Amino acid sequence: MEQILANGLYLGAQYALIALGLTLIFSLMNVLNFAHGQMYVFGGFVTYTVVAQFGLPFVVGLLLSGAILAVIGALIEKFLFRPVIRKSKREESTMLLAAGVAFFLDAVILLAFGEKQRGIPKIVDGVMNLNFRLIMPYDRIMVAVLAVAAIIGFILYMQYSKPGRAMRALAQDRVAAQLMGVDVDRYSMLGFAFGAMLAGVVGGLLVAITGVNLGMGGPTSIKAFMMIMIGGAGVISGAIAGGFILGMMESVGLSVLAAYGNITYLVIFASLLIFLAIRPQGLMGKPWG
Amino acid sequence: MKRRSFIKTTALSTVAALSFAPMALAENPVLKIGFVGVTSGPAAAWGTSNQRSMETRAAWINETGGVTIGGTAYDVEIVSFDDQKDPKRAIAGMEQMAQAGIHYVVGPNVDDGAAAVRPVAEQNGIMYFPYAFPKELYTSPASNAVLGMVANYQSGPAIYKYLMQNNGIKTVAFVAANESDPLSQRDGGVEAANALGLQVVSSNVTYQVDTTDFTPVILPVIQTQPDLLVLSGVAPAAAPQLIRSARELGFTGLISTETAQDAGVLQEGAGQLANGFISVGGASTPELASDMMREFVDRYTKMFGEYNDESNTKVYALEYILETLKANPAAIENVEEFKTTMDTFEAPNPYMVGDAKLSYVGMSSFGQRRQVSVPLVVNVFNDGAFETLFVAQVD
Repeated sequence: MEQILANGLYLGAQYALIALGLTLIFSLMNVLNFAHGQMYVFGGFVTYTVVAQFGLPFVVGLLLSGAILAVIGALIEKFLFRPVIRKSKREESTMLLAAGVAFFLDAVILLAFGEKQRGIPKIVDGVMNLNFRLIMPYDRIMVAVLAVAAIIGFILYMQYSKPGRAMRALAQDRVAAQLMGVDVDRYSMLGFAFGAMLAGVVGGLLVAITGVNLGMGGPTSIKAFMMIMIGGAGVISGAIAGGFILGMMESVGLSVLAAYGNITYLVIFASLLIFLAIRPQGLMGKPWG
Repeated sequence: MKRRSFIKTTALSTVAALSFAPMALAENPVLKIGFVGVTSGPAAAWGTSNQRSMETRAAWINETGGVTIGGTAYDVEIVSFDDQKDPKRAIAGMEQMAQAGIHYVVGPNVDDGAAAVRPVAEQNGIMYFPYAFPKELYTSPASNAVLGMVANYQSGPAIYKYLMQNNGIKTVAFVAANESDPLSQRDGGVEAANALGLQVVSSNVTYQVDTTDFTPVILPVIQTQPDLLVLSGVAPAAAPQLIRSARELGFTGLISTETAQDAGVLQEGAGQLANGFISVGGASTPELASDMMREFVDRYTKMFGEYNDESNTKVYALEYILETLKANPAAIENVEEFKTTMDTFEAPNPYMVGDAKLSYVGMSSFGQRRQVSVPLVVNVFNDGAFETLFVAQVD
């Protein structure tokens, strides 16, 4: 049981960090970023290239993943989403654009990094083994700690920094924030860059554990959507809760239901459908948006 | 004046270029060979290694004057289609090949794609070389598909038997992705293990194709403490993660698969934890590779920047098609001629040392010669490279 809980907490920490970026972009711009998973994959490949190809330290790869994805995110917001949001009142326009960006990034990743699974050497060697009741490699523990630290850092930044407050104001009421002097364009771009940066950092963190490949983008986006559906779209605490709930459900399901075949995700999806029918706004979302 | 002369020169050059270009292209007639397989998504490595192997070999042939069939030298052109591992797209790809007048196609890479394209291939006179194992594709009345590799129901029993005799294994566990190929390979593996007298301690654990963290998946399997853990039909992207998770959870037994893998991917994803991992390979291990195989690897690496060990198996299909056409030039436009030639065809295997032959086999498994004869080379991974564990032949 200890092992199942530990696996769930580890998965939850990484999932929560993935969901945070997605929910931030949604809350600021009402955009469902279907390319979030591709941004995660891109971040993973950047860290891989920096560490495995150029032989630089893992930290440098992680920082570069965050920085490059932040720039990509800012450019995507400024030159793609901003004009579309300005010109079109239809919400599906941004959804289609996001899907287009996802396909584009997939093609770029294939051309730039190839089709193979990639990984980097373990960042920390060794395994914590408590009498075979709980086994956890040290690198997983480190990644979980870093993910939790990043989540705390994100919350503090959003709570206490000037840009964080401005982004929260935007998320609460775009028009009111504008009337109060918040530069909507600037903070929308910053928010999108920040969300993309988070995706890049998680990709960089996890390339040391799970590796990265071209096909991970779509499924990662789907999981991130599930997390924010559970927690409530556009709510930071909801994304964190959604991440940990999904991680725990996966871990428990894969162990307890293993004897019945691969029904874990069937059970998770069925539970999600029932849950959304009862509470469509998610755990922490508000029914009015 | 200068301007007029410039215009005149440019016009003459253009006319000259347009006149000579078709002549240059028309030096050799073109023989088009198709490829329909997966070159995107998690299994992209499977199809990409096919496509690149074919492109490398075609470029090599064209560079050296083309392939001579019935006294005519042809340049080889590879026409590729990414089916994205989707049977509907595989059908569209095969229809595209038929519209282009192509009679020989390599692929698809997976069971459902290979089954889906069968009617299109049969109606349009296309011989195709899938990397998929369902026996009904190769047994009568089907006759247009030729298995391009060794099937799991041929390699699995050989591996288990070897490990029973040499490592004394008694128990085995299977884990597979929840999709048609790996599941059918798992079922075949379980059947073979039972037939050999192995005790199957776990066979119902499966994982989603898009799983990225395998520790929770593999945990219940490891708790059964098998002597051998079989990763049925494992994709190259998932193999290192499964191995790594199993080893980190304290599993010390043997791990094997019946699919081809890439040493670089294993090394990057699992490092030393992958040492001892057994998989099916091709003919380019140092002990078996001929000079031609080594040159193929060099050319592939120069062309695409990096070699893929899966191409050790994928190099063969195009060679078989061309060599069979050489043996019976009438088969270029008539696949029935190709089928007739398959029964007696034999040519030297240029990729292996010794007197290995290219021929069609499959009488034991399919009752007709609908499988390329490639060596069943079982490799073991050690410190970043594959070593040959044993070699066998399939009939």
